[in-house]
Amino acid sequence: MESTAHRFPENARRALTDENLQYMLRKSATGFQLRRRMAADRLPEFEDLRDQGRDIKNHTLAHLDVYLEAFEAKVNEAGGHVHWCPTAADARNTILRLCQAAGAKTVTKGKSMIAEEIGINDHLEAAGLVPIETDLGEYIIQLRKEPPSHIIAPAFHVRKEQVAEAFRAAHTDLPPDRPLDEPRELITEARLMLRRRFQEADVGITGANFLIAETGATVIVTNEGNGDLTQTLPRVHVVIASIDKVVPTQEDAATLLRLLARSATGQEFSAYTTFSAGPRRAEDADGPAEFHVVLLDNGRSKLLGTEFQEVLRCIRCGACMNHCPVYGAVGGHAYGWVYPGPIGSVIDPALIGIEKAGHLPNASTFCGRCEAVCPVRIPLPKMMRHWREKEFDAGLGSPAVRRGLGVWGWFVRRPRLYHAAARLAVRVLRRFGAPGPLAAGWTAHRDLPRPEGRTFQELWAERNRRSGRGEA
Amino acid sequence: MVTAFSHSAGRPRVGLFVTCLVDLYRPTVGFAAVRLLEQAGCVVEVPAGQTCCGQPAYNSGDRATAADLARATIALFDGLDYVVIPSGSCGGMIRKHYPALLADDPVWGPRAAALAERAFELVSFLTDVMKVGAVTARCPARVTYHDSCSGLRELGVKEQPRRLLASVEGVELAELPGAEVCCGFGGTFCVKYPDVSARMAGDKADDIAATGADLVLAGDMGCLLNIAGTLSRRGSPVAVRHVAEVLADMTGDTPPIGAKG
Repeated sequence: MESTAHRFPENARRALTDENLQYMLRKSATGFQLRRRMAADRLPEFEDLRDQGRDIKNHTLAHLDVYLEAFEAKVNEAGGHVHWCPTAADARNTILRLCQAAGAKTVTKGKSMIAEEIGINDHLEAAGLVPIETDLGEYIIQLRKEPPSHIIAPAFHVRKEQVAEAFRAAHTDLPPDRPLDEPRELITEARLMLRRRFQEADVGITGANFLIAETGATVIVTNEGNGDLTQTLPRVHVVIASIDKVVPTQEDAATLLRLLARSATGQEFSAYTTFSAGPRRAEDADGPAEFHVVLLDNGRSKLLGTEFQEVLRCIRCGACMNHCPVYGAVGGHAYGWVYPGPIGSVIDPALIGIEKAGHLPNASTFCGRCEAVCPVRIPLPKMMRHWREKEFDAGLGSPAVRRGLGVWGWFVRRPRLYHAAARLAVRVLRRFGAPGPLAAGWTAHRDLPRPEGRTFQELWAERNRRSGRGEA
Repeated sequence: MVTAFSHSAGRPRVGLFVTCLVDLYRPTVGFAAVRLLEQAGCVVEVPAGQTCCGQPAYNSGDRATAADLARATIALFDGLDYVVIPSGSCGGMIRKHYPALLADDPVWGPRAAALAERAFELVSFLTDVMKVGAVTARCPARVTYHDSCSGLRELGVKEQPRRLLASVEGVELAELPGAEVCCGFGGTFCVKYPDVSARMAGDKADDIAATGADLVLAGDMGCLLNIAGTLSRRGSPVAVRHVAEVLADMTGDTPPIGAKG
């Protein structure tokens, strides 16, 4: 998708005045947080699990080549195929080729952020295929022709009235006067429409929450069962996953699964956890005739060995955005690219470049809640700061802020001058208020409290002179 | 706990890191800190060469300026038993980030680590190090308390201010809904993204109003200026002060932060 991350301030302003979005953000704000808290509190070993999750991922990333090759060997053994794709374009073309080889017309899709990252739907449509999202939230936003605004709740921003509107516009063969006021009615209609598509589909594309090196299995979690229908009904199953999704063993996957649902939705486990390993065997009741895994790098391997390596631990639970006050104020679309919230503020610059995504790591107060809830303890604020360093070193960022910091930096290194300037500044501030463009950012929305009028340092020196104590 | 202090009388010598915002905006907080530390039995010194902890530079990606300020601060507070900071944010910078910032420096890295061990946020220093369990102060008000992010999540300052506030005569503490949610200050964030910052500050002001408090307290001048400015723009009657002013019984000395007139 085309990035609008460079327009974050404008995107955010629009989001702040979007009544539907603000309604949904306020309505959902604390629900995710509360459910995660309760799930974590119910599990005495939750904090230990977070350490284990971190360690599993660190170990895997330190031996990523080994585990990816082991995974590939197991997939081959089971009769499947692994396609190594360095770039998004490679992945798109590989998937299109697989669909065309299968003579596909309709392609069903389970929820996958990687599919968003490579923009597979547009690519398939351009080639005359019909990709159909089968996750309810993804289906809604596909009808509305917009990207997801949340990595686990793609239609997080859409009110149910807007869903009804989208359904009426798309499902024109249904009676126009049908009631669509209740969530139940919407779900029933979506199920009816999708049921037809599941049966027509020639290829099913799913993402993967984990790839297991030990068994060659790919794992997805869903709450709707749509993933199972997507991957077992069509003749060809294509899994699209990034290289950081591999874990060594089934046991490791189980550990991370215990963290995933609790951190994401506060469930102990998602309703469906599905392991797929290879195509249908002679003794299997169902399953695809072909099984393909498209392995995407798209810049991730370049993060190995850098200060950003730890971000590859992410298991895409969404807890960071659920707890982020900035995400909570503006929602996901304002971030302007595939991954919103704190995790996006670290990953997006890595995937599309800091020159395009420079706002994102800056759009954080470093309040630290994202790191406090991350199931694999990714130090997200620290990594956002590292992006700010790259930006600073490259001379990017707001010229006004840079100039302001430059002047400030010159003074604070010279204590005597600094204190003289400070004595003057507080007097000016007290009498006249704050001047300059930076102050305007402040005073547009709030008053600038007047200082007391003298600096602590001068008052302290005065007190010491009076009491006869020497100045330190 | 530390038994042998450098001061001859056996009282710990504490260097006050004033913080630039207290120095500029609210000297009363510095004097409140001095009073609280002296009441707790400390000898307080204020090294005159201090300016800023460097956090604005550090969080703006300017490591060189941040490291210069870190080295200057470390050198200034050499030889003192403790460094005490009336701010969780600057406290977090000195305690958590100086060691990370200078980790690769063979000379300054260890000095940063040594300083970090002796550096404390004011209120948690009083309770956790000096074992202060109560203060002598009076403040008849319904009070609510905002947990500043860095103090809370980097330094674990949570129940310490509440414990001391409970000993202040007349204080009726009303817990703030969303007390742990950021107020939207975020250093340069508030001027880079003023609209988003204002939305967050507005939510905070709503939560404060919902408590029915007369007075909102916090331990960080950044948050306090943001909250005071937002409340004042709304014409809210809720007063805003640094928690140290209440604990040091200095609410009679200076009008609240942002008070008109």
